[in-house]
Amino acid sequence: MDFGLSEEQRLLQDTIRGFAAAECPPARLRALFEAADGHDPGLWKGLAEIGVAGLALPDAYGGSGLEVLDLALVAEVLGESALPVPFLGHALAGLALAWGGSPAQRETWLPRLATGDVVATVAFGEPGELWQPEQWTAELAGGSISGRKVFVPEGDAADLFVVGTRGGGLALALRSAAGVRSAKVAGLDRTRGLADLELAGAPSEALAFGARTAARVRDAALVLLAADAFGAAWRLLRMTAGYAGTREQFGTRLAQFQAVKHQLANAATELEPTRGLFWYAAHAVDHLPERAPHAAAVAKAHITDRAFGVARDAVELHGGIGYTWESDVQIWFKRILFDRAFLGTPEVHREHSADLAGW
Amino acid sequence: MDLRYGEKYDAFGAELREFLRGWPLAGKEAGLPQRERESLFRQRGIERGYVYRHIPAEYGGAGREPDVIIDQVISEEYAAAGAPGPLFTQGAGMLAPTLLDLGSEAQKQRFVARALTGEDVWCQGYSEPGAGSDLASLSSRAERVGDEWVIHGHKVWTSGAEKADYMFGLFRTEPGAAKHAGISYLLLAMKQPGVDVRPLREMTGGALFNEVFFDGALTPADWIVGLRGQGWQVSRSTLKHERNMIGNPNAMRRLFDELVAMLRGQRRDGVPALEHPAVRQRLAEIEGYLLSHEYTGRRMLTSTARGDQGDLALPSLMMKLHGTNLRRRISEMAYDAIGSAALVAPSEPEQQPLATGTPGTWTARMMGAIAVAIAGGASNIQRNIIGERGLGLPRDLHARKR
Repeated sequence: MDFGLSEEQRLLQDTIRGFAAAECPPARLRALFEAADGHDPGLWKGLAEIGVAGLALPDAYGGSGLEVLDLALVAEVLGESALPVPFLGHALAGLALAWGGSPAQRETWLPRLATGDVVATVAFGEPGELWQPEQWTAELAGGSISGRKVFVPEGDAADLFVVGTRGGGLALALRSAAGVRSAKVAGLDRTRGLADLELAGAPSEALAFGARTAARVRDAALVLLAADAFGAAWRLLRMTAGYAGTREQFGTRLAQFQAVKHQLANAATELEPTRGLFWYAAHAVDHLPERAPHAAAVAKAHITDRAFGVARDAVELHGGIGYTWESDVQIWFKRILFDRAFLGTPEVHREHSADLAGW
Repeated sequence: MDLRYGEKYDAFGAELREFLRGWPLAGKEAGLPQRERESLFRQRGIERGYVYRHIPAEYGGAGREPDVIIDQVISEEYAAAGAPGPLFTQGAGMLAPTLLDLGSEAQKQRFVARALTGEDVWCQGYSEPGAGSDLASLSSRAERVGDEWVIHGHKVWTSGAEKADYMFGLFRTEPGAAKHAGISYLLLAMKQPGVDVRPLREMTGGALFNEVFFDGALTPADWIVGLRGQGWQVSRSTLKHERNMIGNPNAMRRLFDELVAMLRGQRRDGVPALEHPAVRQRLAEIEGYLLSHEYTGRRMLTSTARGDQGDLALPSLMMKLHGTNLRRRISEMAYDAIGSAALVAPSEPEQQPLATGTPGTWTARMMGAIAVAIAGGASNIQRNIIGERGLGLPRDLHARKR
């Protein structure tokens, strides 16, 4: 029984942490945040060189052969560092192809995804809060696909889309194909891009085993969102503890007031114990398929809600400065709000988890 | 991460389950009084190495090598079988480990084994009317006269004092010394002139606690644990064991399961309660807290098994506060669900067996959840500990002036 990380997993996190600190220091992050592209090709290339682009793809296709837990640990550090890179969609599209692609589809795409040369993403959401596989309506027929997809992560930067289709299937579509049009969304989180996607009879092929892969990819997505929010919230907690430990009012440091200390202690006690939720859910997607849907729903609902609470406290404890555009608190505040709303709010996933618990 | 126990532990678990099929007792043993049945089976567990596993055999334990995974398997299997394992009394759960850490050889010989079997019943004498969260300001005193300590003072919140044979407690023995340095940890007999136990009635209507008055009570000079003036440090060891008992995740799981079972029989707005969206949302949110609590327990277990204590520091500071918050959420949701039965006074509060599940049980538990947030280091004390030791925040203003 070992409910913990391996040395390799800690090293992986430290490596990404080191990369983020060296390549995206605060001034650089602020500039990228202002630009709001949500995708910095230089940072993405650097991460791909460390192996992030193909982390959970099979060795045979140039990946590192790791698991969803390892992806989640990367997501945690990317949340912590708010790196504007197309990790979320690319990781999920890779899993969809690896789990649900035919040998030919895997052969064609996985080596290019593993190097990061081709950026892929998933197009799941549809207008009217239709995020889940059983709700999708995009039509794939006779080798072409039609429908509208919304809030596609990195939808403006990606070369390849894994599109959710009616009946809970998955299909591939190329950005360069005729009938594919994307429109950038002015997203709240300026470290991740979003685009709406218009598919009008675009050439497309079904992912061979898409129908039995889609729900598992969705569960992996919930885990990655939870992990990202967890990392972002811890970052805010540390920033706020640091600020309250140095900022002086009434002739003393803020954190010497119990009102402030206790608010921080409460926030930490809400957040830190949730770490095991995303570890377990990731492990379940990898190894305990019957447990994964419930564990992923709980992790997403619970962690993103707790993280939102921490984010709100972080703004409040910074005082007026925390509410300014100039303050970096908003970078992680908005990162967390993305994780919370994307793929359905906590309420949606609590209802799903209640169902799966047999209530 | 690997959530399997592995072959060695699976085999151990199978052997243990076989042994646990011996409970409840059969044949003529089944006719013994309950207390005797329990101690008989507990004794068998000790002989087989399942109960009091790491305590040396000479002090009444099983004398086996420490292995936290085996401990986990044992505690899960005993819980599943509902069999009598180790006692979680103040004597077995708090005093025995403290004496094993810090007691003299004579104290260990005389007290540990009898505390483990429950032959001797112990109570804890820490809190006083003027010394709650600020425990070190206690004023009950013991004066050394010849070969004895002579004790005067007043303790409060002493659960089980009415049936206790002995007390372990803190007394001021060095009146001139600084606050924390003037305290000693003494053991004393409860059944003697000079000790007066009076029940303390609680808001639930029950009386789990007592007040204890000392007026010239006596105890031998060598019934002191540690040196004179070291009582504070000795008591930290005992409190650590108490905190572990309060944060226990298995107890939370049982309480949550009872809440769900109770809701299965309830209706709300004309539909079964479990189909009501507001109920489902609230229950699912509580489950998020419950699973967080359980997995944090597993993380701590893993850190202990690996001998990697650094990883354990922050979550272990939070377990008491997180656990009592969770207990509050579960018991308040249940209290809401009993509807107008919430207007009725609970009968025999908190002393009913858990399984009875009458509405009054939940009323008492709702109030009892406040008690555990106060006991063993109140929530606001926990928040200071988490803030200062966990997040590295500076000490409070007035505390620094001291």
